[in-house]
Order: sequence, then C-alpha cells, then structure tokens
Amino acid sequence: MALTGLEIYKQLPKKNCGECGVPTCLAFAMALAAGKAALDTCPYVTDAARENLESASAPPIKAIKFGNGSVMGDETVMYRHDKTFYHETTIIIQVSDALTDDEVSAKLAEINGLEFDRVGLHYSVEGVAVVNESGDAARFAKVAAAVAAGTEKSLLLISNNPEALKAAVAPLAARKPLIGEANADNYEAVVNIGKENSVPVILKADGLDALSDLVEKAVALGYKEFVLDPGTKGTAQQLADLTQLRRLSIKKKFRTFGYPVIVFTNHENPLDEIMEASVYVCKYASAIVLKTSAKAHLLPLMALKQNLYTDPQKPIQVEEKLYAIGEVTEDSPLYITTNFSLTYYSVEGEVESTKIPSYIIPVNTEGTSVLTAYAAGKYEPELIWETMQKLGVPDILKHKNVIIPGYVAVVTAKLKEISGWNVIVGPRESSGIVAFAKTLK
Amino acid sequence: MSVAIVKERFSGKIGEVILGATSEQGGTRTSTVTIGGDAALPFLHFEGKVNRPVIAMEVNDIPPTWNETLTKQYGDVFNSPGAWAKQCVDDFGADLIYLKLTGADPDGENRSPEDCARVVKEVLAAVGVPLIVVGCGDSTKDNEVIAAVAEAATGENLLIGVAEQETYKTYAAAAMVHKHTLIAQSPLDINICKQLNILINEMGLPLNKIVIDPLIAGLGFGIEYAYSIMERARLGALGNDKMLAMPMFCSVGYEANRTKESNSSADENPQWGDLDDRAVLWESLTASGLMQVGASIIMMRNPAAVKVVKKNIDELMSV
Repeated sequence: MALTGLEIYKQLPKKNCGECGVPTCLAFAMALAAGKAALDTCPYVTDAARENLESASAPPIKAIKFGNGSVMGDETVMYRHDKTFYHETTIIIQVSDALTDDEVSAKLAEINGLEFDRVGLHYSVEGVAVVNESGDAARFAKVAAAVAAGTEKSLLLISNNPEALKAAVAPLAARKPLIGEANADNYEAVVNIGKENSVPVILKADGLDALSDLVEKAVALGYKEFVLDPGTKGTAQQLADLTQLRRLSIKKKFRTFGYPVIVFTNHENPLDEIMEASVYVCKYASAIVLKTSAKAHLLPLMALKQNLYTDPQKPIQVEEKLYAIGEVTEDSPLYITTNFSLTYYSVEGEVESTKIPSYIIPVNTEGTSVLTAYAAGKYEPELIWETMQKLGVPDILKHKNVIIPGYVAVVTAKLKEISGWNVIVGPRESSGIVAFAKTLK
Repeated sequence: MSVAIVKERFSGKIGEVILGATSEQGGTRTSTVTIGGDAALPFLHFEGKVNRPVIAMEVNDIPPTWNETLTKQYGDVFNSPGAWAKQCVDDFGADLIYLKLTGADPDGENRSPEDCARVVKEVLAAVGVPLIVVGCGDSTKDNEVIAAVAEAATGENLLIGVAEQETYKTYAAAAMVHKHTLIAQSPLDINICKQLNILINEMGLPLNKIVIDPLIAGLGFGIEYAYSIMERARLGALGNDKMLAMPMFCSVGYEANRTKESNSSADENPQWGDLDDRAVLWESLTASGLMQVGASIIMMRNPAAVKVVKKNIDELMSV
C-alpha cells in the first residue's frame, strides 16, 4: 500500500538542505508520494529509512533497460491526457532459428532496412528477437550469434530450454539482450541465467493469477529485472489483461505487477497482425514482438506509437526561419504557413511535390495550426510582415509576391497595405498546393 | 493466488442513438442501427455493457477523385450512387452508407438541392441500411441542400450533418421537423462540443438525436489530439456528463486518405514500402486508435481496410 506524504516525511532526515532539488523535506515527501521524485536524489536518507520507503518511492512500473538503448516501462498514468506516456512501445521483429541461414540473413536485412523518415522525424524498429523454434540448442546459439553479428539493434533471445538459452546468452552478454521465457516449469534456471549475465528476463504465464504467482516466486530468487508476458490470446482478453496490469500497478501500486509488459501477437496475416498490435500500442504494452517486417506494415504502426507518446503539453514546433525547398533562386515562390510541425510538414511535402523550387516561412504561432492561430490572434498581417522582414525576405527575393493559406484570405488587404507586396491566396488545405502551383506563373 | 481485478465504477453511460427507420417506424429501411449505450471504457467487457462500433462507407453523388489504390477495389459504380452504395453493403459489409453530396459544391458541379434530394432517394431505394447524408462543405449552399434532403426523406431518420456552431440552427430545425438525427461538429474542443450540444438541445432536439463529430485528425497528422479529446469525452460521459454522452462519429476514411502516406507510391518513396498495404493500414490504424477511445461510427473508404477493421471489431467484441 502506498504511503502518504506525511508518512514519508517522518522517515526523512528533515535537514531541508535542498540538495535533492526540492526546497524542503516536506515538499520532497509530497513529490515522492505522487511518484514524481526518486528517493536516490536524497543524499542523507538512512538505510533503515530507505528500506521502509522503498515501496513508496519506487516508480509504479519499473524501468527496464536492455540492448542498444531500449527502455521499457516507467509509466505513471493510465491516460496520456493525465500527463504523458514516457517510453514508446518497443517494437521487436522475430526471427526463427528454424529458418535456413540464407533466410535468416534475408530477414535480418529486411529488419535492418526498417528506417523511416516522415514529417521531419526518424523512426527505427528497435529490436530483433531470435526464437528457438528448431528445438536445437546448437542451432539457436548459432543463429543468435549470426543475428548479433548482423545488426546493432537490441536483442531478445527466446527459448524455454534453459540449456539452449545459457549457451546462446553467454557470448552475447555484453549486448545486454532481453531473455526469456521463464515459465512455471523453468523459472529458477532461467532467472539464474539472467542474474549471472546481468540481463533482464521475461516471465511468462497465461492469465493474471498464474503470472502473479510466477512473479512472486521469481522475485524470491533475489532478482528484480523482469518483463511480464501475460501469454498470447484473443485481442479482447489481451486488452482486458493489459488494462488490469496497468491499473493494478498504477492505481493500486501492486508491486508484483510493477514491471513493463511484453506482448507477442496472435495473428499470422500481417494486416491483421498490425491491427492487433495497434490495440496494444494504445493500451499498455511496453514492447510488442511482431512477425511481419515489411516496410508498408511497420510504418503505420511506428507512426501510431510516435503520435500517442508525444507529450500532450508541448505542441511540436519547427524553427521559424526561411526554408528553401529545392534549388531556389531569387525568383522562387514564397509560401507562408505556421510553425506547428504537422502543418509545416504537410505544406513542405506538397511544395516538394510541385517540383517547383520554393521558399516556405513557418510563422511562429506557438505551435498552433492556421485556423487556431488566427482565432487566437497569433496570425495577424502585421506579424506575418514583421517575420518576413526579420528573415530578410525583401533582400533575398527579386519579386514581391507572397502566398498565404486559404483559411486566412481575410488578411489579404491588410497585408498588402502594410507590406506593399502582392498577396496571393493559396488553397485552404495543403493537399491543394500541387494544383495551385500549376496556376502560378 | 488470485488477483483482485480493478473495476471502475461509473455513474453515467453513453446515450443510445438509433439510426434509420423501418416501415413500421415511418421510414423504408429494412433494418436500423443502434449505437451508444456503452457503460464502460471501450471494449472492457468486464466493466459493463460495450456496444459494437459500426462502419459507414463513403459514397458520393459524383465520381470521386480518389487514388487508384482505392478505386481499383470497386466495380464500375462511380457514376451511379445507388450501385456504389449497394456494392459497399453487399460486397464490403458496410453497416451504413455515408453519402457526401460533393456535386453541390458551387465551385464544382453546383448541383441543385433538388438534384441532391433525388440522389438521396436513389441511394435509399438501392440499399436497406440507414444513411448518413452530409453536404458539400460550402455552408451557404449546404443550408439549402440539407433542408431539401431532410424534407425529401421525411421519416427515414437519416443522420444529417454537419451542424457547427455557426450553422446549427438550420440543421437542428430540419432534423426536428422531418424526424432525422444530427451530427454536431466541434473542432477538437471539449467545451465547444458541450456547448453545441446544449444549444441544439435547447432548440428542442432530444439528446438521443445527436451524434458528436469531434473533427478528428488522421494517423501521423495529429491523431493524438483526437485520441485525447475523445478519451476525455468518454470519461466525462461515464462520469455522468449528459452533454458529452452522445456516441461519436469519426471521418476516418477522409482524414486517412488525404495524407501523403496513403497516396505516395513506393517508386516515389521507396523507404515507405508498398502503397496498397500502407494505405490499407493507414486507414485501419486511424480507425483502431479512435475505436480504443470510444468511436461509435467509423466512416471509411478503403474496402480492404473495412475488412481488417471489421475483423478487429469482431475480435474485440468476442468474450
């Protein structure tokens, strides 16, 4: 059961030194109670107090790190509008050791190629899972070594045979793979392999009751680096289980389930598989292991997780400057938009498609779209002209024509009057830019 | 050890809205569609009643300017709204038809309100499912179009729209007089959403004749804003805020298909992979994200995506 701020305060040194970054011990205690601070930042807490406070000070879901910078867990809310989600769902693609060597290297090449650029962001798939489907320990170790040699991505090694795992993990311990799975039958051996190699371990059981039993037994072995797998099942029941795991850890501070959750998809058909995975991206999986590795399948899923893990309190903005698209000259057209990144990149994408080298200025509207900015008085003609001057546009361009978004056609006359420029009203939606550009001389 | 699961106790629920009317009810539909009535967060059956989201496929009164990745999945139907609607229902399993009267656009074909009403009648005659009917997007013209359509389809209990803050009066009056249900649209703003519902309700349209359109954004282009607004609205409704407790309509097909990701070929963007599957998933995942926060009516365009989404709904509804 979680402690209140006052209960925590009683255990603190009460020096009010401020070294933790919070001015008083009482304020620090309140922050601990809310899960917004870590006890480690207090240099003077006694060991006895530390032990008493551990359950209250630890985050409700432990952060588990593995491989090449992958972090799972450490979430604090049920809904992103309550604060934010912190660590994007880790996407891992599986490779079976039952494939031939050629098939393994082809699959790995495809996985390594999963790098995407869109709207100024870069997405990469984080990990590769080697799965011991051959049942052969030597084959598993060989494929694991080959995959490790062929990618820098985080590794996941999956076998329910402890001997096979042990042989595969030992030479790769420096890569800090995530290993699994420990189940009711083999957990002692598998958890010990994790412990010996200092790598995190997946605990797998079907259903919450069995999972809770397994976690308690595994913790009793003196290890805490765990990731939970509630078993593969139908989408509705999986959603219910994932919701319960998150609720129990966040709302009830149920320590047994205070670990990140990994899910293996059920579907074989790639479209259905991605659709299934999208449910778990929304609702509470920290990592998802997929079979498909086609670009067209991964890009939409990567976009969804990136979108949902953006901080709702910070609109994503682009820098207010003069952007040159293509080989611009002093005769190139000039478009004005806003610095809300989605607006800017929609416009940029379309301007690029016109194949006419052009300039774009995203006016600083504090990260709001055209209509919102105009409604809030952040898109006035004076501001637009001021920005154009500040960026030196009158010296850079030979012409005096500026294209404004169709939604703010009403500023045309005023902008013309104060700037002396010819104001051209562009389309309302960026999707109209290509057709619009054809009408430009 | 058995784990005690956490059930939220909600005092409110989503209002139930019925679309369409059979002959006994004064219309000509062979069946009606019921949305809303949910007493839980989306698809959490252990918590309370969950109603099935429905799919409304888009039909236009004039041939669409859609990408070939969509059009090649349809037969030779784009010159006949009735045949187009029939294919959506018979072949693709649409629960509803979303008829957008694009041809009314004064900058386009500028069709008359009477022509528009005739197309609505044609589609009503071709299919037995309920209809959603919206204008072309030009607010002045749409006022006339919707009045004519509402009258021509009196008693059919169409879902008509879209009523916004500035224009809701005509729509609400048309819905009341001719016995239809109304889409009330607010621009991703929970306060405007509530206020508009209150204003429409004060005119005399009952709350169970209103559907919320939160004006969503597509995957990759701000879906997270819609996601959070809708999740807050759902929680508000379950917390017994009656002015937020209407089922939600999401124009998924429109938003998903105007993105570059749903239109740019693999030749143009090799890094993004095959266009056909990418476009299917762009629309499917836009739907998926919004269904997880309470979408009741999913408007769609891509038949292959409809198949993926329906299968997902089947799974999420089976316990």
